[in-house]
Amino acid sequence: MTLTQRIVTIALCALATLITRFLPFLVFSPQRPTPKYIQYLGKALPAAIFGMLVIYCLKNVSLFTGSHGLPELLAIAATAAIHLWKRQMLLSVAGGTVFYMILVQWVF
Amino acid sequence: MSGQKGKIRRALTAAFPHTIPILAGFLVLGMSYGVYARTSGFSFWVPMTMAVAIFGGSLEFVAVSMLLAPFAPVQTFLAALMIQARHLFYGISMLERYKGMGWKKLYLIYALCDETFSINYAVRAPEGVDEGWFMFFVSLLDQSYWLAGTALGAALGGVIPFSTEGLDFAMTALFVVIFLDQWQKESRHWTALIGLGSALACLTAFGPDDFLIPTMVCILALLTLLRGPIERGLDGQ
Repeated sequence: MTLTQRIVTIALCALATLITRFLPFLVFSPQRPTPKYIQYLGKALPAAIFGMLVIYCLKNVSLFTGSHGLPELLAIAATAAIHLWKRQMLLSVAGGTVFYMILVQWVF
Repeated sequence: MSGQKGKIRRALTAAFPHTIPILAGFLVLGMSYGVYARTSGFSFWVPMTMAVAIFGGSLEFVAVSMLLAPFAPVQTFLAALMIQARHLFYGISMLERYKGMGWKKLYLIYALCDETFSINYAVRAPEGVDEGWFMFFVSLLDQSYWLAGTALGAALGGVIPFSTEGLDFAMTALFVVIFLDQWQKESRHWTALIGLGSALACLTAFGPDDFLIPTMVCILALLTLLRGPIERGLDGQ
C-alpha cells in the first residue's frame, strides 16, 4: 500500500466508527420528541447489551480444547460471588482478575 | 478555589475510581495492540494515529491486518461498519443521558466505546458532582488509558518485564459485574436473558468472528416482538 492508500484506509475506519457513534444522536434530535419505540429500546437494550458483551469477551474461549473454559467459568463465578457479597465494583473486578491470573499462570 | 475549577476537580476525583478496571484492561489490551502493530512492521505513529482517529479496540486490531492487505476501500468501509455497528445500540441507550451536555456532547459521543458506555450508563455521578463533567472525565480517562497502553506497547515493541497473562480479564469481570447489577435492578429478566441467549445462540451458529451482527438482529427482533410484556415489566419497576 502507498502512504495515501494507508491514510484512506485509516480514514475510512474512522469514518465508519464516527457514523455508528453519531447516527442515533443525529437522527433523533433533542429538539423533537424521541419516538416511543426508540425510547423503549433505550430502556430495554442495555441489559441485553451487557449480556452480549459478556459473551463477546468470552468468544474465543474453547470448550473442547485447552482448559475447556474452566478458568473463565471459575473466575466469573468468583467475580459474581465477591460482588454479591461486598457490592463493590472495584473489589469484584480486582478479585476476579487476580484469581483468573493465578489460574491461567499457575494452575492451568 | 473558584466554583468552576472546584466543580471540574470534584468530577475528576469522582470519576477516576470507576475507571480503574478499565485502566487495567486498556493498559494490557493497548500494549498488546501496540506490540502487534510494531511487530507487523508499522512505525510508532501508525497505532497511535489509529488510537486517536478510530478509538475502538477491535477495529484497530483488524485495521492493522487491513493495512497489510491490498488496498480495498469499499470492503474496508463495510467491514468497519459491521465491526462497529454495536455502537448504534449505545447511542440509542444514551440519547437521554447525553441530552443538554453542550460542547461536551461531541466528545462524549466520539469517545463512546464499550467500556465508557458501560460506566456512563451504569454509574450515576455522586450527589453534588456535575453529571456532564463526570461522564466527560470517564470518557477522557478511558481514552487516555488506551493511548498510554498503545504508546507503551508501540515503544517497547514486545519487551514486557513481567507476565500480564490474564490481566485483560478485568474487562470481562467489569461486564459481568455490570450485568449482575442490571440483572438485580429488574424484577423480570427478559431483556438480560434475550441478550445472553441471542449472543450464545449466534456464537454457536456463526462462530466468533461473525456473530455480533446476527446477535444484534436477534436482540432487536425479540425486543420488538415482546415489546408489550417487556414494557409492562419496565414500567412496573
